Amino acid sequence: MAQTAQGTPATPAASTPSGETSFPAGTPIIVEGTPALGGSPMPGGSPPPPGTPVGAMIGTPAALETPAENTAAFPAAVPFDAVPMGFYTDTTVCIGCKACEVACKEWNGLSSYNGGVNVLSGDSYDNTRHLDGQHWRHVKFIEQFDNTNQGRQGRWLMMSDVCKHCVQAGCMDVCPTGAIIRTEFDTVVIQSDVCNGCRACIGACPFGVIEINPTNNTAMKCTLCYDRMQAGLTPACAQACPTASIQFGAIDDLKQSAQQRLEQLQSLGETRAQLYGADDKIVGGLNSFYLLVDEPEVYGLPASPQLPSRNVPTSGLMSTAGAVAMGVLGLVGLRKRRMDQFAAERAGTGQRDEEVTGD
Amino acid sequence: MTSIGSIGSLVLAQTPPSDTFYTHAPEWTWLIVVYFFVGGIAGGAAFLGAMLDLFGAPQDRPLARLAYVVSLPLIAIGGPLLIWDLNRPERFWHMFIQSETGRPMFKYWSPISFGAWGVGVFGLFIFLAAVGTLAELGHLPASLRLLREGVVGKAVSALAGLFGLFVAGYTGILLAATNRPLWADTTLLGLLFLLSSISAAAAVLILLSWRWGHQGSVHWLAEMDVYSSLLELVTLIVLVISLGSVALEVWGNGWGVLLLVGTVLIGILLPLALHFRPHLAGRMSLPSAAALVLIGAFVLRAVVVLSSEAV
Repeated sequence: MAQTAQGTPATPAASTPSGETSFPAGTPIIVEGTPALGGSPMPGGSPPPPGTPVGAMIGTPAALETPAENTAAFPAAVPFDAVPMGFYTDTTVCIGCKACEVACKEWNGLSSYNGGVNVLSGDSYDNTRHLDGQHWRHVKFIEQFDNTNQGRQGRWLMMSDVCKHCVQAGCMDVCPTGAIIRTEFDTVVIQSDVCNGCRACIGACPFGVIEINPTNNTAMKCTLCYDRMQAGLTPACAQACPTASIQFGAIDDLKQSAQQRLEQLQSLGETRAQLYGADDKIVGGLNSFYLLVDEPEVYGLPASPQLPSRNVPTSGLMSTAGAVAMGVLGLVGLRKRRMDQFAAERAGTGQRDEEVTGD
Repeated sequence: MTSIGSIGSLVLAQTPPSDTFYTHAPEWTWLIVVYFFVGGIAGGAAFLGAMLDLFGAPQDRPLARLAYVVSLPLIAIGGPLLIWDLNRPERFWHMFIQSETGRPMFKYWSPISFGAWGVGVFGLFIFLAAVGTLAELGHLPASLRLLREGVVGKAVSALAGLFGLFVAGYTGILLAATNRPLWADTTLLGLLFLLSSISAAAAVLILLSWRWGHQGSVHWLAEMDVYSSLLELVTLIVLVISLGSVALEVWGNGWGVLLLVGTVLIGILLPLALHFRPHLAGRMSLPSAAALVLIGAFVLRAVVVLSSEAV
């Protein structure tokens, strides 16, 4: 039985010592003195300086080579068994605190100051807006308000989105450099030192997860904290989640847990509750699956995502048929021209023969 | 609760027409458009040259030579364009060699990997064909004429032509092997690009040879242009119909107008009119039609690539 490490309530890593969150425009937002993951300071004592190559920290054992005085704060980690592991996200208990986003950024050394520009969405309380090369976790705010209704009815749905670590990963299929690999935990990881930035994976991902990280100009996304998992540690986001909305563990165990929660919600009358990606109907199954209380599209998730390779056989056949057709038409054209030439030569010869006979 | 339900319905009513609309654009823009254009012409020219070479008459050989000599620089331009488009161009060789093991990097199921090798192999054979051609013309040592003679010459021509067809069409398949709106919503882009590439290559060869080329050869090129343009038009119509609401979403705007005017009208219908009614432009009908076809081929690629990127 694989070890299951569910996200335990923890102090949100996002909060500053003073609790203030306002920053003058252009100020790099670096949260110093943050209570670190697992209650211990980050290795090195502070977040990496801006401009630090992100790739240098992805899957690098050095990131885990914590000085002896710091490791004392960690409980002895037991390495996980090499079984499929992932996330089960129960969206019904997400409170939108974005602790997962911040924990992810902090652990993975992802820039949090956006080049010094504070960009506000302007139409939402969510300013992250989407997953990209620098945002490997994104708490979606689905803000549904009916402003035409005088009763001001509305609701917020919240969902911490992340790479789905698909069992059949389209990004891995199309990657021409072999930069995208599947790990012993059945998760999908981009090796930034191999990626050459062709961006095929970006268009191939049916969920819009991957983008280029401007720091190192390679495609990047959630690694499901592969470096932490190799050391038997819970991924940073699940560790930081204060409501256990993000649960981490062996997929089989997570599915059981999700099924129980689904039945509980349905018994309470929430008939719209459904699991998304827990079975193998969606690209072979998602190693990061969700409990939703509305249709997937409402959460910005495709109802029936598919592999990018689905079109290749038919497209190839169509193109081959077109090539054969053009080849045949070309041959017919050349043959017709030759026959016309023969006919003309024959007619010329016949005419000359007649002229000769006539003489 | 009813209001909430109605809001939910409203959100669902606004859902896009395809699951492809939930994805991110890979930012393949002008460099890719230009590559698709020049690469397509290079591939199409190699195919036409090989046809004339292998199945044509001796008087077709000058046009076959022209096709090879035109194809080589175009694909030579295409390679650097692709490398330039990478976010890490210095790692372009990762497409061919595994950076960690030094072994060949080839994934037949990845259109980009397959395409990179296909373009490389095509480049090799078109290079050999062009070198043989230059030797034939006396610009290179006579011993290199071997590349244009006998079994070797036929093999080089045939392989250049076959891989040329691949290069002409694989770009559309590459787009289809994504999850992007339009690109992944059809399986016709490979065929469309293939036909357009042959048409555009014929147009380039006509423009370069209509004054001096053998009349029979140029006439055959014009025929190939007409056939490919007609098939392209049919494919485009089927494509739009099959896309349904996706076509409305992606092309129900300026892109659709550009496609209609730039590709359908200027690039297909007007050239066909000039082919079937040559008196419309007199002696200039053939080159005029060829020039219009080239405009249409470029606009087609720009619209297909950029309209999806804009979603």
